Amino acid sequence: MSAQIRLWDIHGGIHPAENKSQSTTRGLEQVPLPRQLVLPLLQHIGNHAEPVVQVGDRVLKGQLLASAQGQFSCPVHAPTSGVISAIGPAPYPHVSGLAEPAITLDNDGEDRWTPLDPMADYQSVEPLELLERIAAAGISGLGGAGFPTARKLLSRPEHPIHTLIINGAECEPYITADDMCMRHHAARIIAGIEVLMHILKPARILIGIEDNKPEAISAMRDAAQQCAAQVVAIPTKYPSGGEKQLIQILTGEEIPSGGLPADIGMLCQNIATVLAIHDAVLLGKPLISRIVTLTGAALDRPTNVEALIGTPIRELLAFAGLQPARLHRLVLGGPMMGYTVAAYAPIIKTSNCLLAATLDELPPPPPALPCIRCGLCAEACPAQLLPQQLHWFALGKDYPQLQRQNLFDCIECGACAYVCPSSIPLVQYFRAGKSEIRALERQHTRAEQSRQRFEQRQERLQREAEQRERDRQERAEKAARAKAAREAKAAEDRAAAPAEASDLARVQAGKANTLSPEQKQLKIAAATARMALKKAQKQLAANPDNTDLQAQIPALEQALAEAEQAFEQATSQEGS
Amino acid sequence: MMTEFILILLSTILVNNFVLVQFLGLCPFMGVSGKLETALGMSMATTFVLTLASILSYLTYQYILLPFNLEFLRTISFILVIAVVVQFTEMVVHKTSPLLYRVLGIFLPLITTNCAVLGVALLITNRAEQTFLSAATYGFGAALGFSLVLVLFAGLRERIAIADVPMPFRGAAIGMITAGLMSLAFMGFTGLIRI
Amino acid sequence: MTIILTAVITLLVLALIFGAVLGYAAVRFRVEGDPIVDQINALLPQTQCGQCGHPGCKPYAQAIANGEPINKCPPGGEATIQALADLLDVEALPLDGEHGEEKPPTVAYIREAECIGCTKCIQACPVDAILGAAKQMHTVIVDECTGCDLCVEPCPVDCIDMLPLPVTPQNWRWSPPQPAPLTDKMPQRGVA
Repeated sequence: MSAQIRLWDIHGGIHPAENKSQSTTRGLEQVPLPRQLVLPLLQHIGNHAEPVVQVGDRVLKGQLLASAQGQFSCPVHAPTSGVISAIGPAPYPHVSGLAEPAITLDNDGEDRWTPLDPMADYQSVEPLELLERIAAAGISGLGGAGFPTARKLLSRPEHPIHTLIINGAECEPYITADDMCMRHHAARIIAGIEVLMHILKPARILIGIEDNKPEAISAMRDAAQQCAAQVVAIPTKYPSGGEKQLIQILTGEEIPSGGLPADIGMLCQNIATVLAIHDAVLLGKPLISRIVTLTGAALDRPTNVEALIGTPIRELLAFAGLQPARLHRLVLGGPMMGYTVAAYAPIIKTSNCLLAATLDELPPPPPALPCIRCGLCAEACPAQLLPQQLHWFALGKDYPQLQRQNLFDCIECGACAYVCPSSIPLVQYFRAGKSEIRALERQHTRAEQSRQRFEQRQERLQREAEQRERDRQERAEKAARAKAAREAKAAEDRAAAPAEASDLARVQAGKANTLSPEQKQLKIAAATARMALKKAQKQLAANPDNTDLQAQIPALEQALAEAEQAFEQATSQEGS
Repeated sequence: MMTEFILILLSTILVNNFVLVQFLGLCPFMGVSGKLETALGMSMATTFVLTLASILSYLTYQYILLPFNLEFLRTISFILVIAVVVQFTEMVVHKTSPLLYRVLGIFLPLITTNCAVLGVALLITNRAEQTFLSAATYGFGAALGFSLVLVLFAGLRERIAIADVPMPFRGAAIGMITAGLMSLAFMGFTGLIRI
Repeated sequence: MTIILTAVITLLVLALIFGAVLGYAAVRFRVEGDPIVDQINALLPQTQCGQCGHPGCKPYAQAIANGEPINKCPPGGEATIQALADLLDVEALPLDGEHGEEKPPTVAYIREAECIGCTKCIQACPVDAILGAAKQMHTVIVDECTGCDLCVEPCPVDCIDMLPLPVTPQNWRWSPPQPAPLTDKMPQRGVA
């Protein structure tokens, strides 16, 4: 269906030059398989995936390489068949240029698929099972931030989604990936939307496409004739493709500050993500490739390609005919929200565009002048913030005020910096402020935890010290009581028996002159002989067949008898 | 009747503002206006003290001093009243908001010596045709005027703190200049009401 | 004469009444303890390292509440001094060098090949971040280690290193843009 619905407008916004026609003349091309692919274990917001393969393993296309850890994590699959050559830090397309743990795969050229499990009849399957499939296929948002899709679809089980918004706006200049995707894969996208309809059961489905993409709009309208989804053409304005802005344009509703679309019963998905959902559910294919726009005046053949995730950027640029002499800046993303990357980094799930710009295309920014309080930035801000005030407080590092001015509602679209007559890099200030505030909060949480551990440790040591003290006291008391008892008994004995003293003395005296040294020797000799005999008898009992032992025993018995006799004689002489 | 109270309020808050036009109570004005939260706390404390102290002073004057012909004792007895009220306020603040207590520091007991408080108390006795309600309104209006100016100045000072002020003006200098300009602005109200 | 007597008696009576009111208020609004100490403690980094001269962060918080300077905490650094200055409405002084320099965050690392299992480091750690027992291998739990380096000294075989926390894309921070060269740049902006 494609009746035009009522549209609203967002506050502010800008109209930069579109520069989209350069990359739409060659259709959608296929890149030759790269020799090596680098697959980072974290390609979005959330937690790293854990590798399930080892170096040297042979893998097939679509095989699981790393499994998700928790809900904010996506698994990673092999984009082609080959051998794992390394697992460790590898180049990563991040603005910091830091490396990230990744799995490096050497292509064996055969491109063999792992066995797939397509599910043509998903209508009879429970939505939760479909969500598990989507999660297992490693699908994260392909529009920008890359949030794990299954988690997003499950975000508010207690609040049903009544409006599903499909984002085909692609408002940023230069980028045409979604445009080409819609032109060539409209049927699969609509089929993917139907999967989402089965999962979420929304009352309304709206597909928002900017009106600078007439071919895409007509392709989607043709494909959606039997579908309940409505294709809506929206006026071209940057940044109407932002999730919050698109929802506001199509429905007139605003997402509360710091909230999510699910809070007002809406959900927004990019069309490329929907295409991936279709492939995962109906064809059983995991997310291993995406459409990337290759554009910029430094390229001879700007185009759109279906590229495997993990393809090194320089290979894609070479395919598009990069002229290194002309290249001034290599940007991943568009000119408004993109960032400079190194050519040896790989593309990841969220890489939608590579802009190889010449000096004329992206000139270095002029030096920033002081703010003249003109207010153009506040007029342009689509989130209705006050960039002027945010800039002021960012300069003064007044973080509580920045938060009060809703810094975290800023979508970093760059419209304010675009219109600023003083060329102040406003978005950089806001990003620095946000990361500073987040770092402070992290530090605070850690400090709280350390404090708790410290206090628990102090308590434990105190308890142990008290316990030791109690034990010591107990022992002391026990000893004191025992001593007292002994003394009492001794006193009692002394008091009760003075008459027995003489007997005692006699016995002691008798004992004292019992044995002379010779008699003692004889006694010892007798005892030794007895022991030897006993030992031999024991050994014989253990080994009855030992003839040596059998021979020894009579001799020992004889020795014992002699020793005992000698002793008897010695003592009997004395005793009488 | 009603207009009389509105006129008293307008006069004490704007026209004859105690801080910027009559230049009383400048010590807490400059000392506590660094941050907006502190200024709000201080202004609430002073409002409480001013209103209560002016009411009690009026009552003391009307019903204890005047009948016994002890008008000459008013300064000392007003100071006594103010000191008691401030001490009471200090205890309440310490209990309810230890942070504010700590932040206000010495300025909280210094409300006792705030010439605006004693000034309001004494000025009430000078006014002709004074009733209890008009005295209370006068005190309350004075307090509101003080609070208004304190909060405004605190807001300005917060912005000046992160502004790019030229070197010779940094610190107290720019604060004084700003206060002076505010005073000029408030004096623009002069002649609006003669009261 | 009578007037003087009246005056004195009036003042006395007034003073007595007000004194009674204050006495009642003193009992009614009594404050136990010092809650400000907890608020100060919440801003300190809780490394319990002792570099400030106090045996832990809570004692230092207590000392600050009693008027001690706020610039003695190297692990807290500039940010903590600023936060304390904002809380207490005092001036933010630069870090007192006598108590140490502000270093980037570190964690302890035990070289397990050399560890003899003496538990001296376990006893020294104020947050129980070392796992181990007598004659068993000791190891540092990185997530709990605050980098206070109190464990380094007691180790008899000196097998503990303090390593800087690695910077990953997850904790990497954007740096603010450099100020425009045209205007006069002073490190501290104007104070009023």
